[in-house]
Amino acid sequence: MLKLFQTLNKVAFIKATIAALAVVILVFIGSRNLQNFDAALITYLFGTVFAVFGIAYRYSVWLQRPPTRLYWRRSMQFLFSKDFLTYATRSIYLLFRNILFQRFIAYRSKTRWWGHFLLASGCLISFAITIPLTFGWIHFTLEPGTYDIYNANFFGFKVASFELGGPISILAFKALFFTSIPVIIGAIIMMKRRVKDGGLIATQSLDGDWLPLVLLIAISVTGLGIGYDYTFLEGRTHQFMAVTHAITVILFLIWMPFGKFFHIFQRLAQLGANLYKIEGSKRGMAVCPHTKAEFASQTHINDLKTVTKELGFDFTLADGTNHLDLSPEGKRSVLAKAHFEARKASGKFFG
Amino acid sequence: MTVTKYDQQMGFFIDMQRCIGCHACEMACAECETNGQESMIHIHYVERAVSTQTTVQVCMHCEDPACANVCPADAISKDEFGVVHTAETSRCIGCSNCVLACPFGVPQKQEKAELMMKCNMCYDRTSAGKKPMCATVCPSGALFFGTREEIELKRPDSVPVDTFIFGNQEVKTKVKIMMPKGSNYLKVH
Repeated sequence: MLKLFQTLNKVAFIKATIAALAVVILVFIGSRNLQNFDAALITYLFGTVFAVFGIAYRYSVWLQRPPTRLYWRRSMQFLFSKDFLTYATRSIYLLFRNILFQRFIAYRSKTRWWGHFLLASGCLISFAITIPLTFGWIHFTLEPGTYDIYNANFFGFKVASFELGGPISILAFKALFFTSIPVIIGAIIMMKRRVKDGGLIATQSLDGDWLPLVLLIAISVTGLGIGYDYTFLEGRTHQFMAVTHAITVILFLIWMPFGKFFHIFQRLAQLGANLYKIEGSKRGMAVCPHTKAEFASQTHINDLKTVTKELGFDFTLADGTNHLDLSPEGKRSVLAKAHFEARKASGKFFG
Repeated sequence: MTVTKYDQQMGFFIDMQRCIGCHACEMACAECETNGQESMIHIHYVERAVSTQTTVQVCMHCEDPACANVCPADAISKDEFGVVHTAETSRCIGCSNCVLACPFGVPQKQEKAELMMKCNMCYDRTSAGKKPMCATVCPSGALFFGTREEIELKRPDSVPVDTFIFGNQEVKTKVKIMMPKGSNYLKVH
């Protein structure tokens, strides 16, 4: 326990506490002082607040690492510059392309993209539905004086009304059943790859690669179980279905900051990396002294020299230049030349 | 999960002076399943205009890998056998930090996939006690995977070296380079 306090990252702890408190405050505001809060969802709320704390803590620790900090600062600097409109537009485009549709995965493998897109879309839409419901931001009321018109309220304000039993009500009340299907299909596609691909078999781990997929299927199946119960079993197994679903979802929420699911939040850094590349090439490219060809932005090379020094590496050469001034091909060539010279100096090229 | 049978007695020894530029390693590398059938080995002329010298470069699997240190996404890791793995696909953001910071010029960026990939010593094979693909096909002995005793017997006038000097920086690696007898390091700059 003492070790926990000794290794506690104070900055991250403060930021995580603020984030968790902000969620609690937003729950109070959005649910009109808990008036619209659904008490049945209290365990989900606790799980979500813990997840927010954990994610904010890990994100903050992660941002303190020299390379991450540099990318974060540079991304913000480039985004909020005179080219704000260009970069904001580019970021929105990339948000759709890379985060919501994960198109970059298609270049790794088409099947893999389908698998990931299905499970990610299912998860993201489910988050968009369950989080506002859990926080009490969305709730439904019967239109006064009627018995078949439902009102959807957001933060206590009426935003829509629809007929019970109509297409909108089916879509609204069964949305999570619809989203659970792509999650299950996507997770099965990803599992199939992990059974068949020799490379994945050699490098995968139980907790890092298999359990997240198992958990996503468990959440989806137990969620479908709730619907099955009230549609076909007249609610006789409701308690069992509700408890098993709650357990799987809360496990997912608690695990989110620690395991593979944290990449959902890390992935946003890809937008920053793209802006960095665009702005860097505008500022000028570095030319390799060996190949005489452009290979990266000069900004990137200069930043890397700073970051590597911060991390304890010093590639500065005797003449004041730097090994990092060379392109990858240039580095390989100077190494080969040095090896040749060493062999030559020994008087034997082979042996 | 599969049981790892990585043989710690086996080592990777490279001698780029023996490289004849035949590209056999490149073809063999593409057979490695952990690369997704992409060839990760580097083979090219050193200075085409003035020399026919070619060089071959695999990942040297540094003791303190610069690539992993500069990765902003914590995507690169070193395992208990000292193998530095290619970027974890779920984390890699394709920033190219590792590509530009590696002192040996090893990682490659797959531009469209926004992913870094590199040699991971044919982990699908070495973790099962087999040799990496490139070392099994190299006809000139530029790439050798075996025990230290075996390589010492084959190259009596050479010694395996794991230390490289790049200016002020000393880098120690798991993969060793064959140097003239009596050498303790290779000074690149």
